[in-house]
Amino acid sequence: MTNTKIVSPKQDLIFMAILSVVVLTMPIWLQPFGAAYPDLMQKFMIFGIFAIGYNILFGLTGYLSFGHAAFLGVGSYTAVWSFKLLSMNVIPALIFGTALSGLFALAIGFVSLRRSGIYFSILTLAFAQMSYNLAYSVLTPITNGETGLQLTQGDARVLDRMAGIEADASLPTPNLFGIEGIGYSGFYICAALLLISFFIYLRIFRSPFGLKLRAIKSNQNRMGYTGFSTRPYLMTAFVISGMYAGLAGSLLAVTDPLAGAERMQWTASGEVVLITILGGVGTLIGPLLGAGIIKYFENIFSAFNETVLLNAFSFLPDWLAHPVAAVVGLFVGEGWHLTLGLVFMLIVIFLPGGIMEGISRLARLITNRNKAEPKSGAHENKEKEQASAGEV
Amino acid sequence: MSEYILDVTDVDKNFGGLRALSDINLRVKEGTVHAIIGPNGAGKSTLLNVIVGRLAPNRGRVLLGDQVLTGKEPHEINQLGVARVFQTPEIFPELSLLQNVMVPAFAKREGIFKMNFIKSLFSEKEVREHAEHLLDDVGLISQKDNIAGSMSRGDKRRLELAMCLGQQPKLFLLDEPTAGMARHDTNRTIDLLKRIKERGMTKVIIEHDMHVVFSLADRISVLAQGAIICEGTPEEVRNDPRVKEAYLGGESE
Repeated sequence: MTNTKIVSPKQDLIFMAILSVVVLTMPIWLQPFGAAYPDLMQKFMIFGIFAIGYNILFGLTGYLSFGHAAFLGVGSYTAVWSFKLLSMNVIPALIFGTALSGLFALAIGFVSLRRSGIYFSILTLAFAQMSYNLAYSVLTPITNGETGLQLTQGDARVLDRMAGIEADASLPTPNLFGIEGIGYSGFYICAALLLISFFIYLRIFRSPFGLKLRAIKSNQNRMGYTGFSTRPYLMTAFVISGMYAGLAGSLLAVTDPLAGAERMQWTASGEVVLITILGGVGTLIGPLLGAGIIKYFENIFSAFNETVLLNAFSFLPDWLAHPVAAVVGLFVGEGWHLTLGLVFMLIVIFLPGGIMEGISRLARLITNRNKAEPKSGAHENKEKEQASAGEV
Repeated sequence: MSEYILDVTDVDKNFGGLRALSDINLRVKEGTVHAIIGPNGAGKSTLLNVIVGRLAPNRGRVLLGDQVLTGKEPHEINQLGVARVFQTPEIFPELSLLQNVMVPAFAKREGIFKMNFIKSLFSEKEVREHAEHLLDDVGLISQKDNIAGSMSRGDKRRLELAMCLGQQPKLFLLDEPTAGMARHDTNRTIDLLKRIKERGMTKVIIEHDMHVVFSLADRISVLAQGAIICEGTPEEVRNDPRVKEAYLGGESE
């Protein structure tokens, strides 16, 4: 099973190295899938960060938060304000975005963590919806309401002005000391942050702290009689995952310096729950896979429109092509959430452990078959590989 | 410091109109094994719940050495040195056996809350070796990487024993530690408990199995309908007419 074996630090380093190679070479190996453009790859990275952070809370402690989009939104607004007031450099934006989300999580967690189970979920949902409505209406001076917060020519940008950087006629873009936050360079900024975040996340998973969080999920009652106060542990996990969400939110603002209230809506909170469950709750890389898959298919499916569909079904006789295209059309484009819902249902019913469970089931199937056959050197190697694949 | 490690004075506990415990006085000397016996529903588990802080008594107080336990949270009471095994084993079913034993060992080292991402990585090895030693003690070392939830009830109970022993408690409360075990396992558990006795750990044990009680206990208290009706050495209790009455349902009437 996952996460019960003790993994040596060396294996973790190898794992990090492999992950780094996979992530950094994305522009190459995503080409055949038609997904190797910076915008989409940045989304993979950003929602990857969001999902692994969420997994620290949901995966390790079992506390299902339905309000994490609030932290995403706070991160975005803070980052845009940092661009407006301080500098177009991404570093202050990321730092302030992450820190403020952390504070916000501290406040929400303080109240929500008084309850567990469904009541905790409802409380977080209520807080997130409150934040959304506040951003949409009352807080318009800060959030710019319906229009969304955006950059203007007349922004202060104190630090930039002090450094003698003046914006020219066009709006400035977020940058890291001159490296632009959009395009391929933007992807590499996001990728580097994902890898750093993932390393910290890996350390949390392996640390005694992570073990205690898993123990809380497993039997909170026993935890009390074991001499641990569970509240501060849950609080820490909640704040850390809020900060991950804040980082993801600020990165969204880096790639596109515009923050809107809809980023805090409950559908956005629901999306990260979905990503995590689809990938595999509590597994190490499941949430990353989930984020990649959902964002990829969202991109593919929502691009379809009626003309594309009619072309695709043009081999059918006319009287058939139209109805078929109409039915399929329900599941693509705007209606892609219908497909997502169906896939989600199938996963929850048949693979409650998500994609990671599917992978380890497959691995077990193959190893068992190999064991039945007479053993050879090649087979043994394969088994080892699959065993290690099952662990992550 | 009094000579008693556990001192329960005048404890009452009511559930609505039901008087679960009345006027309980119980003193346990350091290093001894004190058994509490009595028919079902006598209030034995309620008494343990009051001691570990799961229930607050309506009256009376509980002392551990010189420290007042009444009114403290369960985790604070544990940190003062009280560990408990439950009637139905309370373990971490999703974790491996080794991890199950490591968690309480961390609690013993670190206190109620400690953030440790890096520092205790160094102490982790020590804790793990300690945990392996404990699993060896209860005879579960060969299964250390298995998931705890998949074990038999008897094995879960022994795992819970190992978890509590890892904390080296001053006072160890055992709620029917051999219930649901086969004879062979029961004897192994008795041996194990005798070995701990040699280490000078004080134990309060609730048990139905008289074989276990008479082979372990230094003193016995008999609880019936929420009150202690008799206390003494095993010999005294065995011959006390009130005990026979409580167990056999008032034959003398």
